[in-house]
Amino acid sequence: MGLTQISAGYVPLLDSAVLLATEEFGFAESEGLHLNLVRETSWANIRDRVAIGHLDVAHMLGPMPLSANLGLTPLDAAVIAPMALGLGGAAMTMSNAVWAKMAEAGAPEDGAPGPVGAALRKVVEDRVRTGEPRLRLAVVHPESAHNYALRYWLAASGINPDQDVDIVIVPPPLQADALAAKRTDGFCVGEPFGSVAVARGIGRIVTTKGQIWQMSPDKVLGTRLQWAERFPEQLAALLRAATRAARWCEDPANHAALSAMLAREDRLGIDADLILRTLSGRLQFEAGVEKSMPDFFVPYSRAANFPWVSHALWFYSQMVRWGQAAHTQENAQKAASSYRPDLYRAALSGMGMPVPGASSKIEGALTEPTQVGALGGRLTLGPDGFFDGTDFDPDKLDAYIAAQAK
Amino acid sequence: MAESLSILVIDDNAIRASIIEAGLREAGHTSVRVITDIEDVARRIGEIAPDVVIIDLENPNRDVLEHFFALSRTIKRPIAMFVDKSDPAEIEAAVDAGVSAYVVDGLRKDRIKPILDMAIVRFRAFSRLQGELEAARSELQGRKVIDKAKGILMSSRGLSEDAAYTLLRTTAMNQNRKIVEIAQAVVTAAELLGP
Repeated sequence: MGLTQISAGYVPLLDSAVLLATEEFGFAESEGLHLNLVRETSWANIRDRVAIGHLDVAHMLGPMPLSANLGLTPLDAAVIAPMALGLGGAAMTMSNAVWAKMAEAGAPEDGAPGPVGAALRKVVEDRVRTGEPRLRLAVVHPESAHNYALRYWLAASGINPDQDVDIVIVPPPLQADALAAKRTDGFCVGEPFGSVAVARGIGRIVTTKGQIWQMSPDKVLGTRLQWAERFPEQLAALLRAATRAARWCEDPANHAALSAMLAREDRLGIDADLILRTLSGRLQFEAGVEKSMPDFFVPYSRAANFPWVSHALWFYSQMVRWGQAAHTQENAQKAASSYRPDLYRAALSGMGMPVPGASSKIEGALTEPTQVGALGGRLTLGPDGFFDGTDFDPDKLDAYIAAQAK
Repeated sequence: MAESLSILVIDDNAIRASIIEAGLREAGHTSVRVITDIEDVARRIGEIAPDVVIIDLENPNRDVLEHFFALSRTIKRPIAMFVDKSDPAEIEAAVDAGVSAYVVDGLRKDRIKPILDMAIVRFRAFSRLQGELEAARSELQGRKVIDKAKGILMSSRGLSEDAAYTLLRTTAMNQNRKIVEIAQAVVTAAELLGP
């Protein structure tokens, strides 16, 4: 029997690891699947090629299915996320010049977002006083976990993201070049591109997305609703294969093999040692100084593959906050149904891998890793707090949106 | 003819861009600009004020470009993506050919469609041409290898050129392989065993 072919798009980033490993290390084949992996150069290509059916599934920005269903994209095709591809995995990098000013203003070296943000605020205010241009900070897409994390951090630090700085778009592999050429002053992007800038000696990681919001969502596995409904068994098989691959990716014993695969010219084309460091949470905020952050990128544990509806709704709250979408009950409903924990749960049932029984949680409720009951075993979740101590309760969406509109 | 449209072609492949530009000029469009560097787009998009933007799909800066459009939406004329959401076949043909287009809102479809159709045809022709070039290059490479293998056989086995070629051909036929593969094996072997 031949294998069922599935075309799968990805953008060369650390968190494409789970999808790539699904094919490269035999997990797809054991479910009777063959993934035709297609590397794409832009998120726009991922979006368009999924929408018209060139790609069956893709490594996608977490908010991207919401964008499709809220009508923010050019093609009207319903897109869903039946699985997440990991937690964390992104860093905030500043040019050496800006970091020097931040350090002068009291920024600590450990990346604590509160004091680092306070120092950045002083730098921003100084620039106003001296008549220097606003800082240009880059993200990879307006509707991305990185844009929302950056804006959340700035706003909570007293910096208005729309008035006090310029937020621009730069493709991930070009971030380091843009920083080197002084076209940008900093960027928030998925690894390994922050570490690439550090290794090249042109920037410093000042904090990470996982410090701004612990165990925060980032990329998902996205697919057209139509494809999911037409091929439910293929999708379920893929979710099982990808979850096994995610578990494999998290095991330190496999990090060297995974890094070597990701480093290949036809995958990320980035130094394997550098990838290995980010995979195993040995980050260098500045070149040569290693910092242990074991939860920097979590591909599997802490329910990292579960597409929480509360994650979708938090992204939605930020789309509303920054003027990308209007808040209506209908839109909130569309956002919530963009993530499909029901499909994930059904696919994983009976595999002996624990899956949350709830579809939503209060983000920020857990201040430390906590054991919870789950279908198929016990599960450790969290910590999932925001650095400013605010909670997001998806049942109180209206109040959250109203409070942030102030 | 209606008022001429301002068309911007963004393509980091200068040859393909000029092929598109020539097509647009042949079709009577006089206001055509070509930009290969995205930094120029940021600087010049206001001045150019394009009605139609054509960009190759492999360009990593599509996300950047779309963000410019999103920003300019509030201050200038809105630019929408693709020709018409209601024409999925056209969009699919464009993506297939590796091209994407953005147009100013409210522009009549009959004015845009010929432009995109032309771009699709020329993008396809370009990739066909590239494919042919690639094939020609590998054929030339193959011929060089065969010549080299013939030379080796002629000097090491004292064969005539015809006999050397016949030996390569019959060996290929017997092993059900291509002549160029056998020739490559001869060259490699000679290099390994060589003086």
